[in-house]
Amino acid sequence: MAIRRGRGVAAINYPTGMNLGGDPTQALVHSTPTGNFMVTLSSVDLGQGMKQIMAQICAETIGVPTDRVVVDTADTDTGPHCMGTFASRGTHRAGNAVIQAAKEARQVMLEVAAEELEVNASDLDTDGQGNILVKGAPQKSISIFDVALSAHFKRGRSISGRGMFLIPRSYPEKETGAMKPSTCYAHACTVAEVEVDDETGEVTVLTVKNVFEIGRALNPKMVEQQLVGGSWMGISHALYETTEPYYPNRDHGGTDFNQYLMPGPGDLAETEIIVLERPSADGPYGAKGPGEMCANPQIPAVANAVFDAVGVRIDTLPITPERILRALKAQATN
Amino acid sequence: MELRKSYFADVRKDDLHEIGQPRPRSDSPGHVTGKTAYFADRNFPGMLHLKMVRSPHHHARIRSIDTSEAEKHPGVVKVLTAKDVPHNVYTILILIQVGPEDETVLADGKVRWKGEAVVAVLAETERAAQEAAAKVKVDYEVLPAVFDMEEALKPGAPLVNEYHGQNYYLYDSGECRKVRFGDVEAGFAGADHILEQSYQSSPIEHAPTETTGCVVMPEGNDRFTCYTNTQAMFFTLDNTSIILQMPGSKLHFVGGTVGGGFGGKVDVIVEPIAILGAKLTGRPVSFIYSREEEMQISSPRAAEKVVIKDGVMKDGRIVARKVTGYTDAGAYSRHSPYGAQKGAGHYPGPYTIPNVWIDTYCVYTNRTPSSAMRGFGVTIGDFALEVQMDKLARLIGMDPLEFRFINAYRDGDMKAHRQPTEGAALIECMQEASRAANWPVAEKYMAMSSYKNGA
Repeated sequence: MAIRRGRGVAAINYPTGMNLGGDPTQALVHSTPTGNFMVTLSSVDLGQGMKQIMAQICAETIGVPTDRVVVDTADTDTGPHCMGTFASRGTHRAGNAVIQAAKEARQVMLEVAAEELEVNASDLDTDGQGNILVKGAPQKSISIFDVALSAHFKRGRSISGRGMFLIPRSYPEKETGAMKPSTCYAHACTVAEVEVDDETGEVTVLTVKNVFEIGRALNPKMVEQQLVGGSWMGISHALYETTEPYYPNRDHGGTDFNQYLMPGPGDLAETEIIVLERPSADGPYGAKGPGEMCANPQIPAVANAVFDAVGVRIDTLPITPERILRALKAQATN
Repeated sequence: MELRKSYFADVRKDDLHEIGQPRPRSDSPGHVTGKTAYFADRNFPGMLHLKMVRSPHHHARIRSIDTSEAEKHPGVVKVLTAKDVPHNVYTILILIQVGPEDETVLADGKVRWKGEAVVAVLAETERAAQEAAAKVKVDYEVLPAVFDMEEALKPGAPLVNEYHGQNYYLYDSGECRKVRFGDVEAGFAGADHILEQSYQSSPIEHAPTETTGCVVMPEGNDRFTCYTNTQAMFFTLDNTSIILQMPGSKLHFVGGTVGGGFGGKVDVIVEPIAILGAKLTGRPVSFIYSREEEMQISSPRAAEKVVIKDGVMKDGRIVARKVTGYTDAGAYSRHSPYGAQKGAGHYPGPYTIPNVWIDTYCVYTNRTPSSAMRGFGVTIGDFALEVQMDKLARLIGMDPLEFRFINAYRDGDMKAHRQPTEGAALIECMQEASRAANWPVAEKYMAMSSYKNGA
């Protein structure tokens, strides 16, 4: 009887969005009288940081600092349509809608600035700090604050834009299943290293090395929070979680966090995250949706590592000590 | 976290101002200091609390419901049964023309899973609602139930859901969603080895920090404002409009900040009945799942069974793959027909295989209705696929990581659902994993690229 070490690998891809139902999201952007910008959505922030990311996307597109943008989620009286926050679609679909709305608002903003500066709008650019400059003659400039004041109080313009992202619905072909379920795919490869106690069946995940390709890390710190959390969830699914320990009996289901097992702080694996960026052709600044993908590769990687450690295959989730012991016993008998 | 900028640098612009910057989240100070307002922080004078009477049986006919004692209980204001719900039989995906309507807001004549909502009690306090709910008398005739997908698909199994007429979802393609690519039998015939394996999972709870719920306020102008933690505002509004036969203009949903969802808050369960309660009493209504309800009643991730048969050559090429997937929807569809279909589009994984045959089934059983969860239709499939890959590699005596390089999809490769691969990056992820984990592979694999014209 001994503690045995093993490692396993898994590689996966994951679709962004859900064209099989049509997949629309809309956005509205407008400026306040003093040149701050409001983004109005009906998209939901689940804690992943939708508001912050939409602010950065809007700011980049209009050409202002992120703290000049406020994002409103979600009120059906003011926000335009969004299919919802699921299917790894939030950043991708809402982000594209925000870009389109912000581009339209930026165009109006530049037109008003052009009238103030008596130049052509096409000769203007933003400096990203809140000013609009004449290309090649940056001493000739106007602040976005003054442009917004002019639009609202002098020129009767609304610095605003409408945005929408819609992929036509894909209907699977009946006989062949030909379909276009998604537009872009995120990728991952995980190597997990485990220790298995072949006397108790207990598995300890020592390390997970996760490589994620996510199109574009729009905000690297927020990407990190999501990928680390997802990696934890993958390990939790692999080894701990089930609503029904005595499948399919319902009676032993958990009723609170004491009874529903998940890894605690002491069970955390040493987690390494590496991010690659291959921008997607249709993503906002190249972003894909890593929100779901990041919790998947750890599950098979851990299962494969368990086999590498003790030579038994557990093909039923979760990989509990009981299942490992039964498999070891069956192996010894054969 | 490390950003490896050396990969794909030629196709990426890195000169942006705000994008790519690790800006602090504007809402995080509110979250960590407890100041962020969630839906349950709305508390209105005169607010009623809604509690459900739930089925204690997996499958039973309802002979009669007696609410008279509950109605007399001190503090009770209203007791609702199926007859109070204008359009009681519904299905969420009807908005995208996926039917039939197969689930009741409040059980009518029958219950099909243990925990199903039968009667709603509205009272001045949570405690009064709870006590009154215990006084509702429901006379059940217990029926045979089926809990196992394979049992449910056998002839003569108890029929779970009459609205479907059989224990599987009927796609336009028949009893399952099919994908057919190449000639899978010819592929097996020419293979050096064949390996067929089954994989299974049990349900998983989303376990969000904030439980499912909503608070409804009747406005003076005949409109209802619903503060909710749904993941999909208009999905919920439009379905509520159908269920209550009420114009959408009478409904105002406010949400947007949610304490975790993971797919568990896309079903339209709490809002319609809470709004109905507010409409019939003229008072604000709160319907919030207890932690026990969140764990026992809310839709879990589906139990799945995946059978994979592969034909592989000694040199590592997979030449044929047959996948049969079964998704346990529980008693009602919710989003499961979509999840099973998404699975069909995901197989055979990120690999280029010339002959592929896929069937995915959405099966009804008398278990808690399952629905969307992070990785919907894909997570358990990835587990099955990637354990199978490990077994195949060992079967032919090949390094598991090198085996994946041989089969990895690249730009332009045709996938089984007949879409050419675009933006592939599996090879690069594996190369980086090889380095990070100190798991060396042959130099020829480190020289590969996902690009169409790559090595």
